[in-house]
Amino acid sequence: MIDSSLKDIAAALRAKRVSAVELATESLARIEAGNGRINAFVTTCRDSALQAAAEADARIAAGTAGPLTGIPLAHKDVFCTEGVLTTCGSKMLSNFVSPYDAHVVTLLKQAGAVMVGKTNMDEFAMGSSNENSHFGPTRNPWNLDCVPGGSSGGSAAAIAARMVPIATGTDTGGSVRQPASFCGVTGIKPTYGTVSRYGMIAYASSLDQGGAFARSAEDCALLLSAMTGHDPRDSTSLEREAEDYSRDLAKPLAGLRIGLPKEFFADGMDDDVRASVEAALAEYRKLGATTVEVSLPNARLAIPAYYVIAPAEASSNLSRFDGVRYGHRAAEYTDLNDMYCKSRAQGFGAEVKRRILVGTYVLSHGYYDAYYIKAQKLRRLIANDFAAAFQQCDVIAGPTAPTTAFGIGAKTDDPVQMYLGDIYTVAVNLAGLPGLSHPAGFGKGGLPVGLQLIGNYFGEARLLGVAHQFQQATDWHARAPQA
Amino acid sequence: MSRTDWEVVIGLEVHSQLNTQSKIFSGASIAFGAEPNVQACAVDIALPGVLPVLNKGAVERAIRFGLAVGATVSPKSIFARKNYFYPDLPKGYQISQYELPVVQGGHLDLLVPDGKGGHYEKRVNLTRAHLEEDAGKSLHEDFHGMTGIDLNRAGTPLLEIVSEPDMRSSAEAVAYAKALHALVRWIDICDGNMQEGSFRCDANVSVRPRGQAEFGTRREIKNLNSFRFLQQAIDYEIQWQIDLIEDGGKVQQATVLFDPDTGETRAMRSKEDAHDYRYFPDPDLLPLVIGADWIDRVKGEMPELPAALSARFQGEYGLSAYDATTLTASRETAQFYVDAVASAGAASAKTCANWVMGDLAARLNKAELDITASPVSATQLAGLVARIADNTISNAIAKRVFEALWNKEGESADAIIEAQGLKQVTDTGAIEAIIDEVLAANQKSVEEFRAGKEKAFNALVGQCMKASKGKANPAQVNELLKKKLG
Repeated sequence: MIDSSLKDIAAALRAKRVSAVELATESLARIEAGNGRINAFVTTCRDSALQAAAEADARIAAGTAGPLTGIPLAHKDVFCTEGVLTTCGSKMLSNFVSPYDAHVVTLLKQAGAVMVGKTNMDEFAMGSSNENSHFGPTRNPWNLDCVPGGSSGGSAAAIAARMVPIATGTDTGGSVRQPASFCGVTGIKPTYGTVSRYGMIAYASSLDQGGAFARSAEDCALLLSAMTGHDPRDSTSLEREAEDYSRDLAKPLAGLRIGLPKEFFADGMDDDVRASVEAALAEYRKLGATTVEVSLPNARLAIPAYYVIAPAEASSNLSRFDGVRYGHRAAEYTDLNDMYCKSRAQGFGAEVKRRILVGTYVLSHGYYDAYYIKAQKLRRLIANDFAAAFQQCDVIAGPTAPTTAFGIGAKTDDPVQMYLGDIYTVAVNLAGLPGLSHPAGFGKGGLPVGLQLIGNYFGEARLLGVAHQFQQATDWHARAPQA
Repeated sequence: MSRTDWEVVIGLEVHSQLNTQSKIFSGASIAFGAEPNVQACAVDIALPGVLPVLNKGAVERAIRFGLAVGATVSPKSIFARKNYFYPDLPKGYQISQYELPVVQGGHLDLLVPDGKGGHYEKRVNLTRAHLEEDAGKSLHEDFHGMTGIDLNRAGTPLLEIVSEPDMRSSAEAVAYAKALHALVRWIDICDGNMQEGSFRCDANVSVRPRGQAEFGTRREIKNLNSFRFLQQAIDYEIQWQIDLIEDGGKVQQATVLFDPDTGETRAMRSKEDAHDYRYFPDPDLLPLVIGADWIDRVKGEMPELPAALSARFQGEYGLSAYDATTLTASRETAQFYVDAVASAGAASAKTCANWVMGDLAARLNKAELDITASPVSATQLAGLVARIADNTISNAIAKRVFEALWNKEGESADAIIEAQGLKQVTDTGAIEAIIDEVLAANQKSVEEFRAGKEKAFNALVGQCMKASKGKANPAQVNELLKKKLG
């Protein structure tokens, strides 16, 4: 049953053809069966899931259920969950049981979704492959020797492996869209400020944004609708009412102007990715959309700008992990400074250390203007490019990533090569725009290819509608990896 | 040997704790004295995932301060992170304001004692005032070689008020600190409790040969929490720097601590180990935007400022600048005085001032009472002053009546004068009768006076006053006695 659309599951629940407890049990059984191979979950929560499912069944019986009531859900382990281990993929927090729920977690609890577990991720959301997890890499359900993408690779893999129908993620530079692309699922990162960051462990505060994974855009719309709305505990939360992101699903594509940034279609994209993306664009034209070339001249500067701003913020955000109040503390140390050094040296992995060092460097006296201020200026230029492009089109489309999923270990020795994989996604975060990735076909070795749609600010509903129309006409999103 | 004439240069940074209900970025209480760590919420202990939300009350107080010192309230200011590791700094950074503070400029006018019983006027310019959060406390005692951390204070709102290096002596620094202390209490943004750390001073001190344009190298004395320590620390530091330079040494920039037990300052850290705080705008907080409407509203709610009231006291009541400043040292004192004058009449304003600053202040001080808890009310004091003004009692008797009011021996000065028969005797016949008695009983003094000893006259006056139990009008006694003897 959990392979069905949320709409069908909800109908079955209301019709008593299935219970929430049965759905949770089914989901937990799939996790138990598959997690040994895929390692999508760091934690499963059988007892609390079954209890939440029973409560959901009571709500359904009482007629007070919403569209997500009784639906099994996984949270990326970056979200704080009360009474449940919240590791952020790090040894530093491998013992941290959060005493409170993230805002997103609270909202989805209120919606009646049933959390079955916490998904694996790159440590502190830093990475594009899920190889940077203290709990071992997550494997791509389409090919267990390949990465699922990252940093929300566990959530994407859990959806692809049909362990849960919906999952949360976070996207700082592509961490929802790129794993969605690699795992052949749909993922959306809304406009910055749409999803509250309260309780979402910070990587780069000005870029971090919660997002939604599902198999289809239609299901993403239902999940995202339950995750948003103003939260006074997050000063960057936009003062907007929660929206119904399903409202544009039925909107036809006729007249839709799709902008194609020429910079995204230049060299750098693998041929198999290009072929699938071109085919998907042809499908869009068939559905009534027109395509127009646009230009994002500063997009090539997005990677360097991102890898100054994100590490700068991270170096400060991660200072709280000092071994004093919670988290990992070295067993032996000689004095306070030694405790800091050892606890952090032991608690953080290599990529996290690399970004803390880079961030500390770019904020240092004498370098701040040359790096941090300069990067902020680039950020403005990049946002201006998008604003100009949206004068000519309604949505922007292109590849989500230049390649399909790569082999585990293939890029671990070359961080810059790994960073360049984010070339199409990071500019969206720098501008704060919404972005979505949906399955667009398969490339070499039968690995999924994702198409990225970028919307103007608050264009989530339209993006989801566009993707939904595509998914009505195609079945890429419905394909499942071989068990 | 020719001695250099040294000029002292002092600038003050004052951390003033804002009297909000809750912390600057969280909803936890800031009440003083709670058990360790009970007033530290998830935000204050910096759990993973928590975020700061700015307390508008803290901003409002900063605006009030800006208006009170004639500063610019920035339409847009920025919160920045000051990064450093310390166990009582839970996030590993302090949220403060760096490049764009909420209050820019401003000044404070003060009266400085000139050491000869008088006062001179001094204007101290302010550089800025910015909002920031306080850190927690590290407790090094009672933990057997370990350090305890109390995060109750973490996140307490502070307004850091930075002066220009405008002060030229410890007396000026203390006068400035006192005026600032009075002002923050006056505009009700800080309780001013120095023992509890609500008002802490850092003093930047340097010396230079008089006439030299450049400043000398400064040392910063941290965390002075009384005016006495401020004065002692600066005086010690000045002498230390002068001695060092005159002995051929050079002052190194450093942060120093004052030890009240020894009265000495000692270096805590030198410039070489200064932190690189890696300031950058806090991405968790939007720029603080303060519109003209907000400033106008705060302006409308401001009390009359001490400087304005002091000017009014000088203009309307003819008080000296010093008296007017003293009476406007606190809102409570000023209110008491205003109430007393309202009741006694403007003609008695000067007498009221003398009583409030003199006997009442001394008596309150002795009893360690605040003027709001004065056993003698403003109306009662006014009643007393009125009886002095209309000659019902002499000044000497007035002190007795005041003491009786203090001890609640009667409801009013009139009641006490009546009940205790303290009314001044002005009846010429009655006074003459007393004089006759005294002259008869003190023939020796009379002879002495006649022999030219002026002192004998005073002795006779004293005897007359004593015989009248102090009630005889002293002027009349003088006059009548002279007549009788002359």
